[in-house]
Amino acid sequence: MTSSSPGGSDPLRATPDGTAAATAHPATAAPLLELSGLTVRLAVEDGSRAVLDGIDLSLAPGEALGLVGESGSGKSMTVRAVTRLLPGGAEVDGTVRFEGQDVNAMSGPELRAYRDRGVGMIFQDPRAHINPTRRIGAFLTEALIRNRGTGRREAEARAAAVLAEVGIDSPERRLRQYPHELSGGMLQRVMIASVLLAEPRLILADEPTTALDVTIQAEVVGILDRLRRERGMGMVFITHDLDLALAVCRRVAVMYAGRIVEVREAEELHRRAAHPYTLGLLGSRPSIDERADRLDAIPGRPVSAFESGPGCAFADRCAHVQPVCREERPELEPFQGGLVRCHRVAEIHSRQDQEASA
Amino acid sequence: MGRLLLHRLGGLVTTLLLSSVVIFGSLYLAPGSPENVLFGSRAPSAAARAAVRHQLHLDQPLPVRYWDWLTGALHGDLGHSMVTGQSVASRVGSGLGTTLLLVAMSMVLVIVFGLGLGAVAALRPGRVDAAANALTSVSVTIPPFVASTLLISVFAVRLGWFPASGTGTGFADLLRGLVLPACALAVVSCGFLARITRNSLREQLEREHVQTALVRGLPRWVVLRDHVFRNAMPPVVTAIGLLTSGLFASTLVVESAFAVPGIGQLTIQSVAQKDFPVVQAVALLLVAAFVICNALSDLAQALIDPRLRTAGRTA
Amino acid sequence: MTTLAAAPGAPAGTPTAPGRTARAPLARLRRTFGISGILAGVFLLAVLVLAVAAPLLAPADPNAQSLLDSYAGPSSAHLLGADGIGRDILSRLVFGSRTSLLGPALVVSISLLVGIPLALLAAWYGGLVDATVARVFDLVYALPGLLLAVLAVALFGPGLTPAVAALSIAYVPFLARIVRAAALQQRNSPYVDALAVQGFGVVRITVRHILRNIAPVVLGQAAIAFGYALLDLASLSYLGLAVQAPTSDWGVMVSDSDALMKGYWLPVLAPGVLIVLCVLSLTVLGARISGERPQSYLRLRRGATKRSTTKPSTTKGAGA
Repeated sequence: MTSSSPGGSDPLRATPDGTAAATAHPATAAPLLELSGLTVRLAVEDGSRAVLDGIDLSLAPGEALGLVGESGSGKSMTVRAVTRLLPGGAEVDGTVRFEGQDVNAMSGPELRAYRDRGVGMIFQDPRAHINPTRRIGAFLTEALIRNRGTGRREAEARAAAVLAEVGIDSPERRLRQYPHELSGGMLQRVMIASVLLAEPRLILADEPTTALDVTIQAEVVGILDRLRRERGMGMVFITHDLDLALAVCRRVAVMYAGRIVEVREAEELHRRAAHPYTLGLLGSRPSIDERADRLDAIPGRPVSAFESGPGCAFADRCAHVQPVCREERPELEPFQGGLVRCHRVAEIHSRQDQEASA
Repeated sequence: MGRLLLHRLGGLVTTLLLSSVVIFGSLYLAPGSPENVLFGSRAPSAAARAAVRHQLHLDQPLPVRYWDWLTGALHGDLGHSMVTGQSVASRVGSGLGTTLLLVAMSMVLVIVFGLGLGAVAALRPGRVDAAANALTSVSVTIPPFVASTLLISVFAVRLGWFPASGTGTGFADLLRGLVLPACALAVVSCGFLARITRNSLREQLEREHVQTALVRGLPRWVVLRDHVFRNAMPPVVTAIGLLTSGLFASTLVVESAFAVPGIGQLTIQSVAQKDFPVVQAVALLLVAAFVICNALSDLAQALIDPRLRTAGRTA
Repeated sequence: MTTLAAAPGAPAGTPTAPGRTARAPLARLRRTFGISGILAGVFLLAVLVLAVAAPLLAPADPNAQSLLDSYAGPSSAHLLGADGIGRDILSRLVFGSRTSLLGPALVVSISLLVGIPLALLAAWYGGLVDATVARVFDLVYALPGLLLAVLAVALFGPGLTPAVAALSIAYVPFLARIVRAAALQQRNSPYVDALAVQGFGVVRITVRHILRNIAPVVLGQAAIAFGYALLDLASLSYLGLAVQAPTSDWGVMVSDSDALMKGYWLPVLAPGVLIVLCVLSLTVLGARISGERPQSYLRLRRGATKRSTTKPSTTKGAGA
């Protein structure tokens, strides 16, 4: 942990549990990406509203981290903060460090270099995120040509090669086509290819398959995951689909109302999620089968960060809620090899374990 | 693209033919038939009237005359002025160059200042934008004849920088004489173009693909040029086409205000003299300019936006 | 006919503000029309009063000449000075408002009378009727109104009547296209089907329901058309093709090139300024009536409404 993390209240710093620390910060010494106490407030007519509230995360080089949550939980805002692509008037607290460098302190040229070689972003809707008036070739090569002075011919050859890698047939012909001549799945492959071409150290994938047909989702995710691994790129994979995140990522962070409520190895999360919200997302689990009927669907609706009271943001929808949950904000603390933000997590799980063994 | 071109060309020819029928027909069905213009207040003998009618082919049925006129027009023969006896083609030809130059000069002003003001307003929200908005709101309501009198009173009468009327002799004089008329023509169009440019740019600035370009680390000017401006162009190009055609209509007023010897002034003079062959030719020419500008703007739009190329859009 | 000119200026009559609470009419006015809209309305109302009560308000006879006062500067006798043949400029401006407003009022009324039925027919029956009407509109649209008016003058000789007639035709598509689009939207909405199922007649539905609902849009567009018609007619009068010289009309007054060349700008520019102010007010008010908000304001509001939709549901969610 670097000196940038705020004070002693940071649960990641004062952790007595070695495994928890390892989970939060993988053994590799220098993290690729490190968010600490990241808070973002967006400007509204009368002041500002928080959309992110103290996000702590870190990612090792080459690691894939899933960021899971319902819409409005702040997943997209988190990666936007990482690329400094926030709406005008946004206030940012806390730090975003990429390879130790403070992203929010970067100058114009530094920021451009970071966006060029450091991170690459894959957006949810490729149709909207690729300029419709320019050819696929222009879209793929422009960053190489503009940012790195690559020759047009060479850039196009490389673009064609990467298009072939993401599974697009007759790539040379595609380079001459316009976005409206390609299907959504094709376009998303083009978007992935554009990111791979820049060879960034970190890929931010913001629900890359949500807008696609269910039948091609798996294929596109598979291509993205394979090519990323081959190139040793790190990835933050945003999705509202917990199973998808578990399939693609080694570690998963669950977000709720602008906060991270649980971080755990994908394997572990699958078997024993701890936070009531994660449990809700996973549906009924064997260990708590007597409560299955309540957890099948999470009652109520998701709230945003600025809407949550002083206590736990999930309190209003939680089956285990106690007065303390509404009054005092729980911290992200180690629990069974992961990190969980819940006052009653130990209580709930010990009781369930007893019930299970009884 | 080819289909779109054909489609537009077809519409263009149809509109021109229909307007020529309307113009030709209405002028010859008018009360105060053409030969009365020649006789003025004199009451002609029946024989003299018949002779004149025969000479002007007025004794033939209207469709025949229309056909004669149309085939003549296609061969460059627009008939002869009933007032001066000159060939209409030569009268119109001499004015056409001046009018085209005037419209071109005005269009340069419109594009430079309209686009410039719109771009500044779009990229500088807040005070600059509000000021530009106020400026354009007023400028679109200043009619060319009011702008003309304003410009004459300041730059011709008060300061004496430019002539108040006429275009003198020689090309330099012509250019100097056209400066104020071009400005007077440009005022309204500048305002409209600035607004359309601003709104179109604002819309593009908020588009997702601009974020993609930004997040790839492209320099700001590249993002603005290749993604924002380029994509904002279609409505701007349409507007330029429409505004140019509007300028042709406004030359009627401005050329009269500054006594510019173009086809606008020729129209007004011929109308006052009831010189029907000239009115016909000039009116049709203005309609043609109007329609061609509109069609060109559609084609230019298709060149910019590839999605429009494939299908023949609705006219 | 001048009543139509009054309509945009008389906000009480607009359907956007149903008389539910008459408690703070001023605040409601401000909400509906904004400060600029209210100012525009007040100005137009003032001009209308000038036009109607010209003989009472004008300080002098607009046509009384006095060579002694040729190009007299502003004084107590002539508040805005006098023109080349000593006519009182203020009085000519006051009387000039009559022809300057009457022409556009006629143009807009005639265009509406022709355009609304055509547009409603096209919207209601669709198909061939719609296509035919659209083609005719396209053709008329291809002819600039000013040129059409000039041709009409060539046919019938100069005067307000041929100019107004030609412009009325030219403005039909401008108004009818908007009416058709708005009516079509209404036509396709479920309530119209419901009315039709209940057995109400076409005329009753279109007049009592559709027309009533699209009234703000039509009125707004009419106000804007009024402004453009005012410009076109003033241009024609300036060219000597519409209102004829001794009559005091703003367009005619601007054409006083003798005053202009001698450096007397007041007789020429004062009517010009009035024309610009009238058209500016009409466009501002027209946009307001049809429910548009000025750009910058719109952007702020859009964000605000987006947020405020989440807010009430918050409290609901918290209470649940």
